[in-house]
Amino acid sequence: MTDLVIIGGGPAGMGAAVAAYESGIRDILILERDEHLGGILQQCIHNGFGLHRFGEELTGPEYAWKYEQQIKEYQIPVKYKTMVLSLSPEKEITASNAEEGIFTIRAKAVVLAMGCRERPRGALNIPGTRPVGIYSAGTAQKLVNRKGYLPGKEVVILGSGDIGLIMARRMTLEGAHVRAVCELLPYSGGLARNIAQCLDDFGIPLKLSHTVVQIHGKERLTGVTIAKTDEKRRPIPGTGEYVPCDTLLLSVGLIPENELTLQAGIPTDPVTGGAVVNQDRQTEIPGIFSCGNVLHVHDLVDFVSLEAEIAGKSAAAYIRGQLVRECSIPVFTDDKIRYAVPQKITRLEDTTLYFRVGSRYRNVKFRVMGTGNGEHSRNVYEELYSVKKYRAAPGEMETIKIKKELLSGISELKLILEETPT
Amino acid sequence: MTETSLTCIICPMGCPITVRLEGDSVIKITGNTCKRGAAYAESEVCRPVRTLTTTMRCEDGQMLSVKTRQPIPRQHLADCMRLINAHTVPLPVSVGDVLLKDVFGSDIVATENKSALAAAGALPMGLIH
Amino acid sequence: MYDVAIIGAGVTGGMLARTLAAYELDICILEKENDVAMGTSRANSGIVHAGYDAENGTLKARLNVRGSEMMEEIAGQLGVPYSRNGSLVAGFHEEDTETIRALYHRGVKNGVKQLRILDGKEARQLEPGLSEAVTCALYAPTCAIICPYELTVAAVGNAMDNGAELLLNFHTAQIARRDGYYEIAEKDSVTGRRIRAKYVINAAGLHADEVAGLAGDNSVRIRPRRGEYLLLDRECGGLLSHTVFRTPSKKGKGILATPTVDGNLLLGPTSTDLDDKADTATTAEGLAQITEHAHETLKHVPLNKVITSFCGLRAVGNTGDFIIHSPFPGFVNAAGIESPGLTAAPAIAEYIALLLEGQGLVLHKKADWQPLRRPVYAFRQASVEEKNQIIRRDKAYGHVVCRCETVTEGEILAAIRTNPPARDLDGIKRRTRAQMGRCQGGFCMPYIAELLAGELGIPFGKVTKCGPGSEISIGPTKGQ
Repeated sequence: MTDLVIIGGGPAGMGAAVAAYESGIRDILILERDEHLGGILQQCIHNGFGLHRFGEELTGPEYAWKYEQQIKEYQIPVKYKTMVLSLSPEKEITASNAEEGIFTIRAKAVVLAMGCRERPRGALNIPGTRPVGIYSAGTAQKLVNRKGYLPGKEVVILGSGDIGLIMARRMTLEGAHVRAVCELLPYSGGLARNIAQCLDDFGIPLKLSHTVVQIHGKERLTGVTIAKTDEKRRPIPGTGEYVPCDTLLLSVGLIPENELTLQAGIPTDPVTGGAVVNQDRQTEIPGIFSCGNVLHVHDLVDFVSLEAEIAGKSAAAYIRGQLVRECSIPVFTDDKIRYAVPQKITRLEDTTLYFRVGSRYRNVKFRVMGTGNGEHSRNVYEELYSVKKYRAAPGEMETIKIKKELLSGISELKLILEETPT
Repeated sequence: MTETSLTCIICPMGCPITVRLEGDSVIKITGNTCKRGAAYAESEVCRPVRTLTTTMRCEDGQMLSVKTRQPIPRQHLADCMRLINAHTVPLPVSVGDVLLKDVFGSDIVATENKSALAAAGALPMGLIH
Repeated sequence: MYDVAIIGAGVTGGMLARTLAAYELDICILEKENDVAMGTSRANSGIVHAGYDAENGTLKARLNVRGSEMMEEIAGQLGVPYSRNGSLVAGFHEEDTETIRALYHRGVKNGVKQLRILDGKEARQLEPGLSEAVTCALYAPTCAIICPYELTVAAVGNAMDNGAELLLNFHTAQIARRDGYYEIAEKDSVTGRRIRAKYVINAAGLHADEVAGLAGDNSVRIRPRRGEYLLLDRECGGLLSHTVFRTPSKKGKGILATPTVDGNLLLGPTSTDLDDKADTATTAEGLAQITEHAHETLKHVPLNKVITSFCGLRAVGNTGDFIIHSPFPGFVNAAGIESPGLTAAPAIAEYIALLLEGQGLVLHKKADWQPLRRPVYAFRQASVEEKNQIIRRDKAYGHVVCRCETVTEGEILAAIRTNPPARDLDGIKRRTRAQMGRCQGGFCMPYIAELLAGELGIPFGKVTKCGPGSEISIGPTKGQ
């Protein structure tokens, strides 16, 4: 029996391991599928990481190294090139690697930190042929940054998420010509600063309300047809434009890798795709925790680390039998806010809610509404707290802190977005 | 008097900043939420700089992630890439090692550790041709 | 000088090679692509049809029923997953009921066993996934599913293990009739390969008419017919246990829905006649038609679980039947092998072997013929104990490379090292399923490319997706 098994050695897994160690747990094991720690950070060679967490601007590998050093210093064991095959609700983990074959570990507590995967072409159903030259942006990032090979010279990028924007700059720096970044929506899902420094700096056009409607080429991609999209995101007939290219990169969304979560029978949130958790990042199965991109997709690794630290600390408390808490207040959102994590909070301590809005807004007010028994009558929501923001967009995760004092007598919370007149 | 709008790239907040100019001198900066934003806006209007992050090829064919320790003038990004691409890195390397000195005003430093493939015992054939 | 040259390594050519390799014969298979099963055998429905579709008295009818009887044993010998899941032809109104009765009688005449006509309720009892709109159905318990390219790979592999040679990227450009033999030359003037064979079989699928023409027979015409498919996640395989067809009408056979042997749900094909034999592009209209039809047949179609769409071209001949004949002594056409060609393939091979024997080919059984394919991919089906035994012998089987489909490095290396060796990423995908799951290779493709580069002794960037011209990279970064 191992005290704590952490599935995944990316930023979430490392953060949870370090936090659990610092909370006094010594019997920790990290299972990592790759041959190194750090996960996807190793191929994110650009900077912009660590400002919140470390107060300095780091590249992905540097950020990973900060945690790796601590893992080494604490001598937390890691099994590399080890794939977890199954997880049971009783916290029995089956994994496989070359040295040990298929083996089973029982754990007192488990942290799920498997990260996410990219949405592939197949899920988009773009009509046309199936030539070489179509990659998800992350795969291209690995080819260029880690393998040192260029997929092609003339590039179209579909999707203006951050990885797509970062790859537009990266391909340009390596001598490729990025003809356009197409975005289905009328606004970009990426950070504003990435549009500035990855596209504007290099004169790469961002074509909003555009998508790829046809793939051309037999062995190798020879071009794509792009078209304008209407407000329902459907291509507008007659607006097709042929763009010759040998590479199409897809940056069309990230999907949390929750196959193990589902297999263990852990309830998930249909919007995030990740587990339903409380403020301790504990799932509905006691002793199984979840953090990082497997829980919900983050745009900043700094927030992943913060979340992982909560999960690691909570797992440590659980192992010591000290995680006995009342945590009964469900958090709902209105239709303008896609989701909020954690989905359940306690009134015993302050909690920060992480959430995403569903569209682009200017001059908004986020209102924390509560209802309950006692002084609050049931099903009538009253505002407990609110904050104003100049703007909000789906690509940028929002946070709001809920003070425990606000929650006395409250049995349900609802987070709503109100547009205020300019 | 002229006004320039820009998006701050100092941190992921991406504040929309407006800079008011009188000739070549900055009169007023608005929209920033921190001092670093104001400094960025001033430099962006007068002399834009960027931190360059890229890779260098190691002597055994592996790729090493690197960056300019300080931001360099934006107009020299492509020149800096050419210089970096013309060099290979002897191994082993540690985070922070200086690989090239004073390139457009900044050193090029390693952002990861790397030891030779042969030393690590792994030899993925595809990488070393 | 070969005894037999087979042009085309699809399921017809592959099964023929496997059949002939049992005899004391020198055999070569000439394939224009970088792998076997690259034409119609790569992308079709994977159905082993019961045999009620083909008109009485046709070659199609006879070879379909015979092939369907042979398939289970052959799949077992070749280690190819085969599942006799049974099929339903679903009818929605009175006109369909009549068609279903006609199909029933045709099937009985063709020799199909166990056929039954069900009403809507009985059909839904058997297959709860069926739509409430279904009023009657033809039930064929002998219908089965198999993976067409796995069958082809295994058949060619078994033929090679028994001595047959496979020449890839051999694009036949000339066939010269000589005295008692044929000389075949390839298109590529650089390698300029030329082979001689006493007997030649044209199993060139979509290009069978061109190959027949090269030999001087201009009677064969092949038109490509496009079939588009949607493949759904393995989460959806459980929605359906039988293969469900729509009742054929004037508009064609319609869209079928079937589980695959790998547990996915497959919807398709559309049916569009084309002129271009290379046009394997999917279309927005086709994909929309599939979803529309599937919604009529099935109660629930989880379209958000689509993992990929693909398109196959069927080789439609000019006679309405399989075109299997010998226009010249020693030269046999196996053309127009459209549906039920996959089912009929073992029977076609048997039929052609007899045809050749009639023309003087001596069929003398090899003493050491090995009908069983070496069980390469048995790892997948093995128990944990068996897997650990394999891993102790070969560590590479402990390293899972493709997470979505749980494929190990050992299985990928075996695919590169076993007949017919995989030489590109798609070849690995077809043999092992690696890159075929939810992430479509997003994570594992670079690692698989590294394994291929190492095994083939080529640079990483020269690894191809599907043969020359599809290199994954245009070259190293840094302008080197």
